[in-house]
Amino acid sequence: MAIGVKVLKRPERDVSYVRATLKGMALTFKHMFRPKQTMQYPEQKSTEEWRLSPRWRGTHRMMTDEQGRSKCVACGLCPQICPANCIKLVPGEDENGHRYPLIYEIDEFRCVFCGYCQEVCPEEAIHVGVHYENAEYQRGRFVYDLERLQAQTHPVSTLWDPSDPRGE
Amino acid sequence: MTPEIKGFLLLSVVKLLTVFTVVMVGVALLTLMERKVSAWMQNRFGPNRVGYGGLLQPAADGLKNLVKEETLPAHANKGLFLLAPALSFIPALMLTAVIPFAAPLPVTFDLTLPLLGRFIHTGPMPMVVADLPVGFLFILAISSLGVYGIALAGWSSNSKYSLLGGLRASAQMVSYEVPLGMSIVPVLLLSGNVTFSAVIADQQTGLWYVLPLFFSFFIFLVAGFAETNRLPFDMPEAESELIAGYHTEYSGMKFSMFFIAEYANIVTVCAVTVTLFFGGWDIPFTAWDQTPGLAQTLLTGAFLFLKILFFIFVVMWVRWTLPRFRFDQLMSLGWKFMLPVALGYVMLTGAALWGIEDVAGVTNPKLRGAILFVLNLALGYLVFFVVDRGYIVTGAGSAGRRGAAGLGGTR
Repeated sequence: MAIGVKVLKRPERDVSYVRATLKGMALTFKHMFRPKQTMQYPEQKSTEEWRLSPRWRGTHRMMTDEQGRSKCVACGLCPQICPANCIKLVPGEDENGHRYPLIYEIDEFRCVFCGYCQEVCPEEAIHVGVHYENAEYQRGRFVYDLERLQAQTHPVSTLWDPSDPRGE
Repeated sequence: MTPEIKGFLLLSVVKLLTVFTVVMVGVALLTLMERKVSAWMQNRFGPNRVGYGGLLQPAADGLKNLVKEETLPAHANKGLFLLAPALSFIPALMLTAVIPFAAPLPVTFDLTLPLLGRFIHTGPMPMVVADLPVGFLFILAISSLGVYGIALAGWSSNSKYSLLGGLRASAQMVSYEVPLGMSIVPVLLLSGNVTFSAVIADQQTGLWYVLPLFFSFFIFLVAGFAETNRLPFDMPEAESELIAGYHTEYSGMKFSMFFIAEYANIVTVCAVTVTLFFGGWDIPFTAWDQTPGLAQTLLTGAFLFLKILFFIFVVMWVRWTLPRFRFDQLMSLGWKFMLPVALGYVMLTGAALWGIEDVAGVTNPKLRGAILFVLNLALGYLVFFVVDRGYIVTGAGSAGRRGAAGLGGTR
């Protein structure tokens, strides 16, 4: 016995190693016929017990108005508040004096999915989405431009629970 | 060469190819079975994406391993490093040659092939690749060679983990070979013959040896777990301590070879267990299978297959139930408990057989088996209900406290 090994006093008189082994084997055998816990992911994305929270913050989506134009007025609040500095916004103005984004890009690799952009947006234009399937073949594809942000259709995050807005 | 010898050779080649194919395909499917069984025991599905129910998973794994890069550690002993997988793989496959896998098949032919000449075979053909007169001594001899592959793999990798794994493997396999060998001595005492065919024939007339020789079976199975490096005795691999032990540095197909060797060893241990203690290809409660014929051969083959499959399942079952032993506990279990019990059992069986046959004069094999079975029942009660309660078989921690009084080792 090595120096300093603490020997625990275990019950010995009532213990049978062979029967304990058999007991364990009976347990594992019973487990073979229990219902399987695995969720068959690509086919099945949510179950009764498990679904994505409505507050989930995933990749972004830009909301559009009835004419299909982005709701964004290029006010510049979202790049201002973004802690990861992942939003690139170049504002433009049309002949009627309406401001709109000339360039609106979000680098999803830099994004920390804090949801501040959605929270700060006065026009409810940019949203974080309830969405997680983002695989791409090129790194460059993770910079989402305005067109791509508008084309997303997934549900958007509520950011907080509507029935409990203060998190109480 | 006489036509008779050529006929014998032809049949041997056919049997060889059959057994080789069945074992290799079976081993591939066993990797799937292992993953399925482990998954089921953990309330999962296991691999089910490749093919129907994951049946093509072994093919996908094999393909992946074939095209993977083979790495060679710096300063590794290249020759031995390349030799080691083959050295552990070949003995594992050789062992399957001596297992009788079905009832003898009457084959009679007299044919002439171009260039090769005339082939003649008459009479029943034993369904075993090599019906060696040395029987299970061959198994003991060749299975010992497997340790070379593992020890060499550990040494030639030039890696601490591999070396430790190799050392552990050598110590463990050498230690457990002793109780393994001792545990089959009672089989020899009872059957009076080492050939597998004679052992099976004796079990057909009497009882399956698991009943009269239960402790032999028990010790053989436990030592078999240790010999194949399976949990709870997978010290040579011990991923939590040694990464992967002796095959840490192996990649691609060479790693696969170790894997195949491990599963081939499991198949062999299960096949030997079935042959020695569960009547081999014998179908219980019927004498119909003892007359040669095609239907008998096919059915007994299927029956042996089922028996082996059950024991392979038990091996996996135990693996996913029990935790790993500590190395000193493993050694004390081997030397301080299993070896004395095996030796004592040899003496006990010998004395009992002398009493039954020479003193009482019982010659009926069934009655002889039944008397031994009753003896084993009493002994089983003694060991599992009286002795195995911390009185003699103690935990490792208390073994030191008790000193030499304890036989040591956890069970």
